[in-house]
Amino acid sequence: MRLADTLHFARAAATGYPARTALSVLAMAIGVAAVVVLTALGDGARRYVVSQFSSLGTNLVIVLPGRSGTGGFNPATAITSTPRDLTIDDAASLRRLPAVARVAPLAVGTSEISAGGRLRETMVAGTARDYFAIRNFEIAQGDALPDDDWNRGAPVAVIGARIQEELFGSTPALGQRVRVGDRRLRIVGVLKPTGQGLGMNTDELVIVPVALAQAMFNSNTLFRVLVEASSRDAIPAARESVLNTLKQRHRGEEDVTVITQDAVLATFDRLLGALTLAVAGIAAISLAVAGILVMNVMLVAVTQRTGEIGLLKALGASGRDIRRAFLAEAAMLSAVGAVVGYLLGQAGAFALRQAFPVFPAYPPDWAVIAGLATALGTGLLFGVMPARRAARLDPVQALMKH
Amino acid sequence: MPLIELAGIDRSFLLGDTTVHALAGLNLQINAGEYVAVMGPSGSGKSTLLNLLGLLDRPQAGTYRLDGRDVTTLSPDEQAAVRSAKIGFVFQSFHLVPRLTAAENIALPMTLAGIPAAERQRRVDQALKDFGLDHRADHKPDQLSGGQRQRVAIARATIMQPPLLLADEPTGNLDRHTGDEVIHLLEALNARGVTLIIVTHDASLGARARRRLIMEDGHLKSDSAAEA
Repeated sequence: MRLADTLHFARAAATGYPARTALSVLAMAIGVAAVVVLTALGDGARRYVVSQFSSLGTNLVIVLPGRSGTGGFNPATAITSTPRDLTIDDAASLRRLPAVARVAPLAVGTSEISAGGRLRETMVAGTARDYFAIRNFEIAQGDALPDDDWNRGAPVAVIGARIQEELFGSTPALGQRVRVGDRRLRIVGVLKPTGQGLGMNTDELVIVPVALAQAMFNSNTLFRVLVEASSRDAIPAARESVLNTLKQRHRGEEDVTVITQDAVLATFDRLLGALTLAVAGIAAISLAVAGILVMNVMLVAVTQRTGEIGLLKALGASGRDIRRAFLAEAAMLSAVGAVVGYLLGQAGAFALRQAFPVFPAYPPDWAVIAGLATALGTGLLFGVMPARRAARLDPVQALMKH
Repeated sequence: MPLIELAGIDRSFLLGDTTVHALAGLNLQINAGEYVAVMGPSGSGKSTLLNLLGLLDRPQAGTYRLDGRDVTTLSPDEQAAVRSAKIGFVFQSFHLVPRLTAAENIALPMTLAGIPAAERQRRVDQALKDFGLDHRADHKPDQLSGGQRQRVAIARATIMQPPLLLADEPTGNLDRHTGDEVIHLLEALNARGVTLIIVTHDASLGARARRRLIMEDGHLKSDSAAEA
């Protein structure tokens, strides 16, 4: 029997029993659609987190005071006590390093901000002009912090969009005086609204010169030093030189932790990648179930068509012809099911993206390919047994069943 | 040389705990072009004989030579090839594939044999004309009358131009008139040289054949050729 004839015969057989065919196509379609939608969700979560992290700044090397056991990202480093302060001069010394493009010290605390009788609690970040460039902050009005000596805290502030709105409403804030803690500061700039990011909300932030913040919070140490490497390739070199410089300044004691944004990103990437894989695995179980259903359907088909198989044998069909015809039918059922499922899954992912525009729910290519391949594979695998059973039927017995 | 040569054929079935000898020590020769009726009561072994002749069943002992070639020891797939080229079947209940049209049913043996589509089309068109089915080519079996169905089945059985045609009660499901039509059709094929073997209960049908084999308990009770 020619291949084209086998396919034609199998197609006619499949369409000859519409309900049975529709059922197994549906089962396979649901399996594939589940893989596509679930991996789209998992990978969407991964992309979402990665993009949120990227918005923190690019090529970032972060210096934390204190030493953690390993070099990785460790929440415990946020609360360990520091044997030696990480000072403004430490941060300033990093500016001259070759692989470093920008450096920004960061001291944070909470305080109250008031103007014109209105008062609210706010997050205060003490830093320098470069911080705005590192974090990709955009200025709506005025300017960023002045580029002067880090140890000289000028009485100025840049405020977030939300603070501006709550304290001043529609009246202009630029040049106005506000009270932050016990200081009177002049507003030199207002940030553009950005919405919620990971970590702090910049809309509710007040940014002041670092020395001013340290004086306000009565502290000598920095919360972080943000270092931007001159390029992506320079990140390891920058990390190394930052660590060496600080070690020298701290009399050979390695009492800071240097993490790269890459490492943090890679951790999340791995974590969520594994999650996607696990979800894909769960969805693959539904594919196996669909494969078993195809096998059942094909076994029923063999029983239903016993007389026909006997007839085909009487007409000169070899066991191979019959095996191939039934295999082709199983393959067709799973192939059509896989394609329908793929389209359903893409439609589902599209609907997800419509419903949650910030969530990039695109199924990864590997999942789509693996899903389709698994569908075809299980269809064929589970088609083998019924096809062999059909081919082994005794023609005399089979003909009597007609 | 005879077309069919059976020597010492034994075929028994196990029914419960008793062994039934459907065929026992059967010897038979049928020459090319003969018109043979196989008759006998139910259980006399005539259907088993037909299945053996059609290579659908294997004997436990004895040899079957078809066209001078020993076909008893062939593998199932080799037997399938012999069936495809040399044997045509006509069944009592027609055995048409319900989802295929008349033309597709007729083409089925050629499709299975891997004959190109163009050649199939040519031969099916000719067969449809020969069997008066021109206007029924695209009809499904359930849209055909009994006589038309059996004509489609005969067209299918002869489309590969086999030298041997086996018919199992070909008129059993037909009324007297269409039954006669079908018999005339088979006899016309026999007149053109096809060896025709009909299994039947019907004495009048048996009487038409030039050679009559009467079976009883797995033996040949009488053979009109031997008596002559």
